[in-house]
Amino acid sequence: MNTSIIDAHGHDNDHSGDDHHGPAKGIGRWLYSTNHKDIGTMYLIFSLLMFFIGGTMAMVIRSELAIPGLQFVHPEFFNQMTTMHALIMVFGAVMPAFVGLANWMIPLMIGAPDMALPRMNNWSFWILPVAFGILLSTLFMPGGAPAGGWTMYPPLVLQTGDSFPFLIFSVHLMGLSSIMGAINVIVTIINMRAPNMSLLKMPMFVWTWLITAYLLIAVMPVLAGAVTMLLTDQFFGTSFFLAAGGGDPVLFQHIFWFFGHPEVYIMILPAFGVVSEIIPVFARKPLFGHDSMVYAASSIAFLSFIVWAHHMFTVGMPLTGQLFFMFTTMLIAVPTGVKVFNWVATMWRGAMTFETPMLFSLAFVFLFTIGGFSGLMLAIAPADVQYHDTYFVVAHFHYVLVPGSVFAIMGAAYFWLPKWTGHMYNEALGKVHFWTSAVFVNLTFFPMHFLGLAAMPRRIPDYSTQYADFNTVASIGAIGFGLSQLLFVWVLLTSKKGPKATAEVWDQPQGLEWTVPSPAPYHTFETPPSLSEMDSHH
Amino acid sequence: MCHVPDSNNNAHNDSSNRSSDRNLIAQLLLVVAGAFAFGVFVLPPLYDVFCEVTGFGGRTNAEAVAAIEAPDLSREIRIEFVTTTNEYAQFEFAADTDSMTVNPGRMYFATFTATNLSADEKVAQAVPSVAPSSAAAYFTKIECFCFTSQAFVADEERALPLQFIVDPDLPEYVDTITLQYTFFDTARVAANTEN
Repeated sequence: MNTSIIDAHGHDNDHSGDDHHGPAKGIGRWLYSTNHKDIGTMYLIFSLLMFFIGGTMAMVIRSELAIPGLQFVHPEFFNQMTTMHALIMVFGAVMPAFVGLANWMIPLMIGAPDMALPRMNNWSFWILPVAFGILLSTLFMPGGAPAGGWTMYPPLVLQTGDSFPFLIFSVHLMGLSSIMGAINVIVTIINMRAPNMSLLKMPMFVWTWLITAYLLIAVMPVLAGAVTMLLTDQFFGTSFFLAAGGGDPVLFQHIFWFFGHPEVYIMILPAFGVVSEIIPVFARKPLFGHDSMVYAASSIAFLSFIVWAHHMFTVGMPLTGQLFFMFTTMLIAVPTGVKVFNWVATMWRGAMTFETPMLFSLAFVFLFTIGGFSGLMLAIAPADVQYHDTYFVVAHFHYVLVPGSVFAIMGAAYFWLPKWTGHMYNEALGKVHFWTSAVFVNLTFFPMHFLGLAAMPRRIPDYSTQYADFNTVASIGAIGFGLSQLLFVWVLLTSKKGPKATAEVWDQPQGLEWTVPSPAPYHTFETPPSLSEMDSHH
Repeated sequence: MCHVPDSNNNAHNDSSNRSSDRNLIAQLLLVVAGAFAFGVFVLPPLYDVFCEVTGFGGRTNAEAVAAIEAPDLSREIRIEFVTTTNEYAQFEFAADTDSMTVNPGRMYFATFTATNLSADEKVAQAVPSVAPSSAAAYFTKIECFCFTSQAFVADEERALPLQFIVDPDLPEYVDTITLQYTFFDTARVAANTEN
């Protein structure tokens, strides 16, 4: 997209912020902000904080599992750690990080002055610290934090102590925040694109977020419904999931995974978008098959609604059900394969360079694909009976979430950081961060495949001795990965000390976000940019 | 203090765009409400119907039905009884016979015995499940103690009757049917209802 940007009045965008007041002073700037860049920054910082809190819990888990036997924590606390680690990483780290990127970048990428609903934007962010404050406070309650697993299966979850209603309420708040964020993204993208930017001319990150936002409004309310039914079963005499009253606990699993599987794609589609933005810049070629990428992402989103029971092959299901969910699950490999093919084809014969964002993206393509393959193995219904609830599942979803989603988020942070701060980050340290992360993430999660195939169960604080060595390796990897992330914080803290970044930052990147100065002024695109008629995204 | 950007100066927020924003938001909120209603009001009853039609989860008839005897003496089916007591139920509960061999189309009786281990009045509910689930629709209960909840006085021991018939249309490949009962103390459900 050879975008030549001239706004409607013929002057460039450098001074568009000058006519208006800048950010407010002090804490009020953040508390009352309706500016998409401020809110994006808050989302990103919040998710980084949650990443470290959830990461600390992972360190507790891996320390306990480093050698056989019980050494550091009580099994009850171990269960609280696995439950809270998952809830915090899913709802507190990965999802808000993508919403933060959406807030920062979508208006810049489509030439909009802000998000469509700035006040709601403020609200949807500030609900999150409240939600996670409530969730984390359960750690200090009698009976401790929720320990029945993040999937909240009844009847076990109904045995949670005082923290049960707090768990439900915090999940409600997280859902509320996500739904408001999603509505904001959809309205922004549908109504605020620059003139002449047709839907198929939108950058991939915008596309994947549009699809993600629709997934969010379709399934977050279903999760809200599921946890509401848990609440009424516990306190208001209903028996949705209580067998004694005529209900069925398996019903919860169906409703939960009807939310849960689209949720998986909510956490990976924006990552696809990020990688589709980064690879073309460092391969110095346009994205291969832009439209097929759009169709692939849409197909994945559609399929995500009809595969949920592959999480439940072992609860008992008619043969036809097993076959249906097995084959539809395997079908997802086709559009995903299209995407991986297109990323590789984008790099084919490109003049590639390997700056930190590109390294993270390359690792994403390679390691996410490993997670995809183990997902295919899990999709085989008869084989899943062996893999179910073992470390093989843990290895699978961590491969798609850590070197998948998290690497994409980090790649995005390095990619757009100069646009946000106006300075180049420390490239050498960035590369060290990448290589330590890449080595340790594999050291952590690859041995878990073997542990799972040898039938080590997940969510148990102890194991028999034949699993010992691989667990030690995984724990060393986890500690290394955790420490590597401190480097990331250091790079972020020193990010304003580097040389000044140009508006383009990288070597001739395409897209509207590179036409505004670095750092991006507080107000951008107050008059919409016009894409010149000969532009073509392809 | 409150900082709200003066956003009327951009092209987006003129009145026509505002109303198209409102329409879109209204549609999206409708999707949200619909999705919530789908989760709470549609999926549970749908699941019930699904279970009744397919026998999924080993669900059997929950009310007495009449059946005509037409014994098929050429076929013998082994019926196994499995009993579980829910961890909150202070009962002893077991089948009087572990298993029996039956002909399809003939009526049979079986008895179970339950004992209230507590010094209080208790109300219990037995919840049945049949395996394999493909046999569930062919295992017909004529009379069952599981159709209603059972009241027990302190320390009471009582025989609980079951009358059943296996439909001769039972698929050929089924030669064993396991009937499993879980015995629940309904106090938890009852206490919730009082609240």
